[in-house]
Formats: sequence, C-alpha cells, structure tokens
Amino acid sequence: MSFAPDYIRYIIKGSTKFYVWMAFLAFLSSIALYGFYLQNTEGLIVTGLTSQIHEGLYFANLVFLVGVAAGAVTIVFPAYVYHHKAMHEVTVLGEMLAITAVIMVMLFVFAHMGRPDRLWHMLPFIGIYNMPGSMLAWDVLVLNGYLLLNLICGFYYLYTKYTGGEVNRKFFMPLVYTSIVWALSIHTVTAFLISTLPARPMWFHSMMPIRFIMTAFAAGPCLIILIFMIIRKNTRMWIQDEAINLLSVIITWCLGIALFLTLSEIVVELYARTEHANGLYYLMFGLHDLTRLVPWFWGSLIAMLVAFAMFLIPSVRTNYKLLPVACVLGFGGIWVEKGMGLVVPGFIPTPIGEVTEYYPTLIEIMMSIGLWAMGFFILTILLKGAIGILVGDVRFKSAAQATSNDVANSGGIAAHGPT
Amino acid sequence: MTPNDNPAAEPDQERQSECQMQAASADPAAGSLKTSRRDFLKGGGMLGVSSLMGAGALMAQSDNAQAAAEWAEHFQGNYRLMSPQEKAEARARLERRYSAEYGKKVTVDGTEAQPGVLMGYALNVRKCIGCRRCVKACVEENNQSRGEKPGERIEWIQVLRMERGEFSKDKMNQGYPEGLGIQVGGNAYTPAGQVLEGQYHYEPKAVPEKEATYMPIACMQCEKPPCVKVCPVRTTYREADGPVVIDYNWCIGCRMCMSACPYWARRINLTNPVLPNEAMNPVTHYLGNRPRMRGVVEKCHWCLQRTRKGRYPACVEVCPVGARKFGNLLDPESEVSLILARKNVFRLKAELNTFPKFFYFYD
Repeated sequence: MSFAPDYIRYIIKGSTKFYVWMAFLAFLSSIALYGFYLQNTEGLIVTGLTSQIHEGLYFANLVFLVGVAAGAVTIVFPAYVYHHKAMHEVTVLGEMLAITAVIMVMLFVFAHMGRPDRLWHMLPFIGIYNMPGSMLAWDVLVLNGYLLLNLICGFYYLYTKYTGGEVNRKFFMPLVYTSIVWALSIHTVTAFLISTLPARPMWFHSMMPIRFIMTAFAAGPCLIILIFMIIRKNTRMWIQDEAINLLSVIITWCLGIALFLTLSEIVVELYARTEHANGLYYLMFGLHDLTRLVPWFWGSLIAMLVAFAMFLIPSVRTNYKLLPVACVLGFGGIWVEKGMGLVVPGFIPTPIGEVTEYYPTLIEIMMSIGLWAMGFFILTILLKGAIGILVGDVRFKSAAQATSNDVANSGGIAAHGPT
Repeated sequence: MTPNDNPAAEPDQERQSECQMQAASADPAAGSLKTSRRDFLKGGGMLGVSSLMGAGALMAQSDNAQAAAEWAEHFQGNYRLMSPQEKAEARARLERRYSAEYGKKVTVDGTEAQPGVLMGYALNVRKCIGCRRCVKACVEENNQSRGEKPGERIEWIQVLRMERGEFSKDKMNQGYPEGLGIQVGGNAYTPAGQVLEGQYHYEPKAVPEKEATYMPIACMQCEKPPCVKVCPVRTTYREADGPVVIDYNWCIGCRMCMSACPYWARRINLTNPVLPNEAMNPVTHYLGNRPRMRGVVEKCHWCLQRTRKGRYPACVEVCPVGARKFGNLLDPESEVSLILARKNVFRLKAELNTFPKFFYFYD
C-alpha cells in the first residue's frame, strides 16, 4: 500500500516557514518530555499540586481539550446531516482536529497521573477495569472509541480521495453518524466525572454537562475558524465563506447559552450564599484575602462578553479582519473559565473547609505549553497530509509529482476560488 | 530514553531545512532523515507508556540488590485477586525491599479479616482538647512521609479548630459578615462552630483554648464509600471487617478518590516519601502502614497492623483524655456498641449517604 509512504513523503517536505514552525514546536515539546522525566523521578512535587488542590493545570487542560475534540462535531454534523456543501468539503479537517485533541487529552492524562507507568492496571483482563462504576473508566472508553472512530472515518475518507475512488456509504455513513453522537458523549462523560461528586458542591449540579457541551461548541469552532484562516493564507486549499460563517453562527448561539448558564450559576449560588457557594465566591471575589483567581475570572468574563457581542453583530461576524479577534477572545475566555475558573475553585475550600491557593510551578506551566506544542505538531502534520490529499497533491501512482509543489509554500499560487 | 530522543531529532531538522534551500527537488537521500522525524513523532506520540515504563526500569536499577525484587513488584497483580501463595510472595518481596532500604528487619503482615468483626470508632467531641497527639502518634505508627519541604509531610488526621462564637449588642445592626449575600436584617453574631471556610492550622501557646473547641477528622471508613465507587482500577475497597483499604502497588495515582471523599480523608504522595531509617516502624501490614511510594494515595486504615491483632489504633491509645473509642460493632458489649446504644451519636455529612463507621458523640 503506497498510501503511507506517499503521505509521509508529502508531510515531510515544506517551506522554511514550515520547518521553523515545526522546529519551534519540537523544542517546546522537548521541555514537556523533560517535565515527564522529572515527574516520574521526583514526583508531582515539581508541580504546584497539593493534597488540598490536587488537580490543576493538567486536568484543566485535559478537560478543555475534550471539549475541543467534541467541538469537531460542529463541522461533521452540518456536513452530513444538513448536507451543507461548504462544510462537507472540510469535514475531514475537523476529524483531524478531533484526533489531535484526543491525543492531547491522553498526553495530559499521562502528565496528570501519579503513576503513568501503572496505566496497564486499567486494561481489562490483565488489569481491573472498573465498569460500570467508575466514571473515569467510562471516560477512557468513550475517548478511545472517539479516537478510533475519527481515525477510521478521517483516514478512510482520505484514502478514497487518494485513490480517486468512491466512499462506500454503507460502511462510512453509520460510522459518521455514530461519531456525531459519540462526540456529545465524550464531553458529557467528562462532565459527569466531576459533576457526580457530592463532595464538591461547586461541581455537583446537573447543569455541568450542558455547560461543558456549550463551551466546547463555542471554543472548538473558534479554534477551527482560526485554523481555517491560516489554511486559507498558507495553502492552496480554499475554504468557503459559508463554512466559516456557519461556524460563527454556531459560536454565537453556544457562547450565548454558555454565558447564560454562567449567569444562572452566579444568581443561584450567590442569592442565598450558602457555604456551598464558597468555591464560586473565591473565584469571583476571593476568600479571606486570597484573591489569586479573581483577575482571571473577570478577565475571562469580559473576554467572553466582548466575543459574544462581536459574534452577535452580523457585520462584525462576517468581517474577516475582526473575526479572528473574536475567536481568540472566545477561545481564551473559555479556556480560562473551564480551566482555572472551574477546576481549581472546586477544591477551594476542601470538603472540610480549609482554604488554600494553587500556585502552578514553572515546570508545570512549561510542561503544559510543551504538551500543547506536541499537539500542534501532530495537528500540523495531520492537516498538511489531509490538505495535500484534498487539493490533489497526493494521488495514487503519482508519487514523484506529489512532493514537488508542496502545499506549505507561500500563498502566491493560491487559487482563490470564487464559489 | 525520552531525554535522548530529542537531541537526535533537532539537528536532523536543521540539516533538512538546509537541504531544502540548496536543492530544488526532492532528494531521495532525505529517506534517512525521514526516519528520524518519523521516529520522533512515534516516540512523541507513544511516549507515555513505553518511555515511562523504561524510566521505571532505570529507577529500579539504581540499586542492583533490589533490582530483581522491584521488577517483579512492577508486574504484580491486584492483591485482592491474588492466591494466598501469590500474596505471600508479594509480602516477602516487600519485606526484602523494605529491610534493605531501611536497614532493619521489616515484617509485612497479611492478616485477613476475622469473621464476626466489624470495626467501629467513636469520638467524644466534648473531651477533645486539640492537643494533636493523635496526629503525631498516627504519623509515627504508620510510616508517613515527613520531610521539611511542603508536600513531603503527610498527616492523616486533621483537627478542626472551631471558634466559640458570640452574640453581642454592638453588632445588632451591623449586617452580615462580608460576602454573605443580600442583606435582609441585622447580625449580632460571630460565626460559631464548624464553618466551611477557614484555615485549620493553629499554634496556640496552650490547648484547649477558651474560645475554641476541637474536632478531629480522618477517614470515616464508610459503608458506602464514594472513593471506592470512583476508583477506575478498584485498588481501594472495603475489607470484610470494615476499613476501606488501598493496595498501594496497584494505585495509578489518578486522584479521583481524593476528589470524591467528602471528608478530605485521603492524601497523595507527591514525591518519594521521606522516612528516616530510625523513625520507620518495621511492624507493617500490606494494606496498612507499610511504606508507600511516590504517586500513590494513602489514608487512615484504623491501624490494620494493630487492630487485626486485637490492639487499638495508635490514636486511640495515645489520646490523653480518652476521647477516642474503638471496637467491634457486631459485639453488643464492645465500647463502641455501648456508646451507640447509650450516647447521643451523630455522623458528619450524613445527608451524603456515605454511612460512616466513625461516630461522634457527646456526653
């Protein structure tokens, strides 16, 4: 099968910009590898975690990235259920993002665990796999299933394009529909992971899965739009305005609902201001002069409100100079709100009332950046390969041709299609 | 290993970009460079399991005498599922390792639960003076990590210091203390008793202080433990005679149990435990006080090494005012059964349906 060698040969060639980008990411990734080494010799003491606040940057990032993976469904769903033509052209790119995001989740899980060398303890038959009791076991199941679904769907589609054949819809469509529903399940189960713990009153409410899904469907498309714009500028692939505009509309709705849920939480918790609201109060105003997260909360809220306003106004939403700003604000705001704004305050105070703060160490921060860099490394490769196949640069039996005019050259020969 | 992968990859990438600038077309000699980039990607993608297991092997080889014992220990199964023979082997391995590590003869007991025993605990909240001798005795008995750096010191018992509040005339119209929501009336009091916000580190000159009462909290050994339900590998479980235990060699350190416990009873070993040889208690139990390792969770287990041999937990023995009582709930004449029958007993967070076997009472 020549698909693999052709694919690999294609993704390795690129412009200087491409190599600089990849080298930069590889450098950051090496910091993460060093962090892994430290954590597996010295232990998690190199991070800012404590027995009081024992989930921090890594868990926050992994929860957020499950959302990004689920957000890929905002491309697949319109493409295949509503037969949206512009989305249909780029579905496989969404699937590549989903694959990358799930891999990043797994990387952050390795960073987060106390004993990653004992991961085999979770495998059924050789270890113990606590189904159906443990939500974490469910999470492992749905994440691996989603990864598998997207690998199969994405690469099968690419393979048929590569050989110039037809997609076998009897095989392909059930998998696609399954992956749409499955995307909802991965983030719902991740929400259940924390929302089924009565010990943590800040998380113990039924709103959590909805909130997760809405923020995921807002943050995921923000990233996707930014990626699409980068693809437009740097490759020969032209992504239709309709696709980007549909994503903007999805973001508008989902960001709006997410903000509404945040407002609802604030009103419900702070109206009676019981002790169960201490976590939220710490986040918004601080407790006992411990106010480290207060600027983050208000900053993220303002970012999301500004982003929402920008998305709401059609003339701003369709202005492709302002749209990236809105996307960055939305993505960043949701990242802070889901990470620092949700994970860390859940542990403040502890279930018996001790108020402490979380101080991530440099290693922890650099490791998180390094793992994101690893993710972007993989994403660049997957997208490059997919785009190469979609625009026709990688074709069966044209191996020699595929490598010459590589896609990652300047946009000078970009064919800006009218339709 | 993992730190070595990257130096190989980066020079290759630089070489390749140079190649690209000089030659216009694809060079088949780039085949060898392809491999290194591919290997880097593979390594980066699969780094978790393989490289970390390798790192584990590297660490195991730090002392040759222990290398063989540790290798088998890495691959042992879950203790609860082992045959008696395998359990004895696992304990013997640990005895060898601990004896070598701490320079004294360490025993790892494996006494099982006795039939007809359900352990229970009762604490008299009126009597506790907040001296924290129980905390200290627990640490000494159970081989907790006790270093100087934050995160190196683990204590299973947390003593809550609760203010005696007061109502005063001059506060009548002051309104609620800051942050308690929309004001709807006067407020004449300072918070009293257990409030769920505060710091629990107290260092007065003497205890008990006049303006405070004290309540120790440790694992409640629930009959419906939330920690057991969430464990993805079933390493924490309720033993037949009551205590909730952890197989430290099976724990993967995911800390779901720590999130689930409503009593903040569980602790994580953030680093390799700091345990001086002289301070180490060599009489241990596999599921009890044997020295733990980096990255695993630990908690109170009612001193299994003592209680399964008919002794009291260390905290019960050391309490100077006799606030702590321990016994067999299935024996109607035991101290705890009598307390349940005669005293005013309550449990913490009973609304969470955890059904603790640690009771508080007052008389």
